[in-house]
Amino acid sequence: MSREEGSKLSRRAWITTTSGVIAAGLVKTQADAVRLVAQEAPTSGPAVDPTRVPGRIVSELGIRAPGEQPRRLLRGEALSSSSRTPLADLMGTITPSDLHFERHHAGIPDIGFDDHELLVHGMVERPTVFRMRDLERFPQVSRIQFLECSGNGGGVYSRDRMPTEITVQALDGLLSTSEWTGVPVATILREVGVRPGASWILAEGSDSAVMSRSVPLDKVMEDSLLAYGQNGERLRPEQGYPLRLFNPGYEGNTSVKWLRRIEVTDRPTHTRDETSKYTDPLGDGTVRQFSLVMDAKSVITFPSYPFVLPEPGWWEVRGLAWSGRGRITRVEVSADGGRSWVDAALQGPILPRSTVRFRHLFEWGGRDTILLSRATDETGYVQPTVQQLWDARGQRTSYHQNHQRAWKIARTGEVTFGLGELV
Amino acid sequence: MKTRHAGMVAALGVLMTACEAPDRFGGTRSVPSSGADALFASFDAGEPAVPAHAPSRFGFGAEASAARIAAWDIDVRPDGAGLPAGRGSVAQGKVVYETWCVACHGPTGTEGPNDRLVNTSPWELAPTSQAIGNYWPYATTLFDYIRKAMPQATPGILSPDQVYAVIAYLLWMNEIVPDDAVMDAETLPAVIMPARDRFVPDDRIGGSGPVR
Repeated sequence: MSREEGSKLSRRAWITTTSGVIAAGLVKTQADAVRLVAQEAPTSGPAVDPTRVPGRIVSELGIRAPGEQPRRLLRGEALSSSSRTPLADLMGTITPSDLHFERHHAGIPDIGFDDHELLVHGMVERPTVFRMRDLERFPQVSRIQFLECSGNGGGVYSRDRMPTEITVQALDGLLSTSEWTGVPVATILREVGVRPGASWILAEGSDSAVMSRSVPLDKVMEDSLLAYGQNGERLRPEQGYPLRLFNPGYEGNTSVKWLRRIEVTDRPTHTRDETSKYTDPLGDGTVRQFSLVMDAKSVITFPSYPFVLPEPGWWEVRGLAWSGRGRITRVEVSADGGRSWVDAALQGPILPRSTVRFRHLFEWGGRDTILLSRATDETGYVQPTVQQLWDARGQRTSYHQNHQRAWKIARTGEVTFGLGELV
Repeated sequence: MKTRHAGMVAALGVLMTACEAPDRFGGTRSVPSSGADALFASFDAGEPAVPAHAPSRFGFGAEASAARIAAWDIDVRPDGAGLPAGRGSVAQGKVVYETWCVACHGPTGTEGPNDRLVNTSPWELAPTSQAIGNYWPYATTLFDYIRKAMPQATPGILSPDQVYAVIAYLLWMNEIVPDDAVMDAETLPAVIMPARDRFVPDDRIGGSGPVR
């Protein structure tokens, strides 16, 4: 065998192996994809045969495998900043707590569990201060629900600046899903007695921005939690330890972290973050205020930039869909830029105001292909096109950009954000 | 109710009036007189948060004293509720601004690096940006926010007089009040912000109707 033949053989063998690795979902990070593009052999594992040496013993705290290092994507290092969940690295629907997205307006405060207190007052019969041990003693509920910042997707709304090289993490990583545990706000308001005429609450955090949002009383009575648990443990500090408001299906900013005060009122307070921020300037010159519910949305997480499909053939399109108005009832996938659609499979259980994993097996023929997904929720709402949002709202809004996302697979197998090809 | 600040109105013809109208967002939802229990029954579609044999009250937690409530209840509403005693002028506010604000917001409130504060052009005239003068609907929100959250490195350091003063200066920079304006618990809620009437409630309702 000549040296050249040997080289070809080994390369073919490597591609076969690599394809198998991708199909098995083992190539997940940008670095892996870049390695594929460069056609470098993956880093080889330890030379030691693991069947010939004793393994490690038990430990008090588990860690990820050395080769598995998903990371949040930071945006700036200012006090008011965010980090994004690596959606393309994740499976199922639950976000590991240390990868839950962050959005802080003045950093993460250090608060001790035994020091924290919640004041509930205003239009109530019995103004009360609750310590954490008090709150944990009330009847408890857990629910699996998403949290999404309403600024998610802001990078792919401008007609003039539609990116191509953007990861799903940078695009939609201000979305996470957790099992939240706490006491319903309704239970606490029952305890303190709401006075007639009340219609809103003001929720206030004890970070140094004293983050404050008004929330309709109907909403918090329906399903909001005073959450102290997340994915089986107490909240992480960056998620509001030891106590946060959690408003299912509402824009994330309303789920005030480090919650120290609830004032029951008969009108909204019009805080800074519900007037100058988190409002939607529309094309007709008006500004939509208290646009609180997150409309239905979906995003394909595989394939997405910077994945490279090494060969045509069978691939499974995978993604997430969610709606702040209830359950997802349908997710459709298009492999021809939106001309035709097929139903994707939905992974149960399908929970209200939670993410659902969708999957669709398709055969890529090796041609330029534009993949889209669109979600429908139980109200009959269908995830709109960006053109529909532009027509309805104009170009200046910065929040609630839940339009259909597109990924283009080039003949080379390279995947880029493809919405610019359609508008 | 709040009184009209006649001198300021006369000086520049600035639109100012008493802020007595009910909040447009306040009357749309209400709790029946039976209070929380009526709504409580509908919690989570048949999944009650407490079992049927739960007591009507658990008695957990401690009564909040008036002093405790007063110490934390510092939010300010558009009708002026929550504003403390104190006052401050445009000239006094210039000193506050140049001491505490200029490093992050620039000499004229337009340079950054943090949020732009001054803009007197309508925000829909691209390219422009949203700032106090062309976007904030209520002047009272400035007090609520600045007292709690500014300056970013040392929040809560400003006295009520200083907060009133820097608001007067910010409103003057945005050409909303004249240079002899004084802000206090009476005059601040009476300021009509240029963008106030642009704000409308959310009209998205889900369903299969038109995209909104």
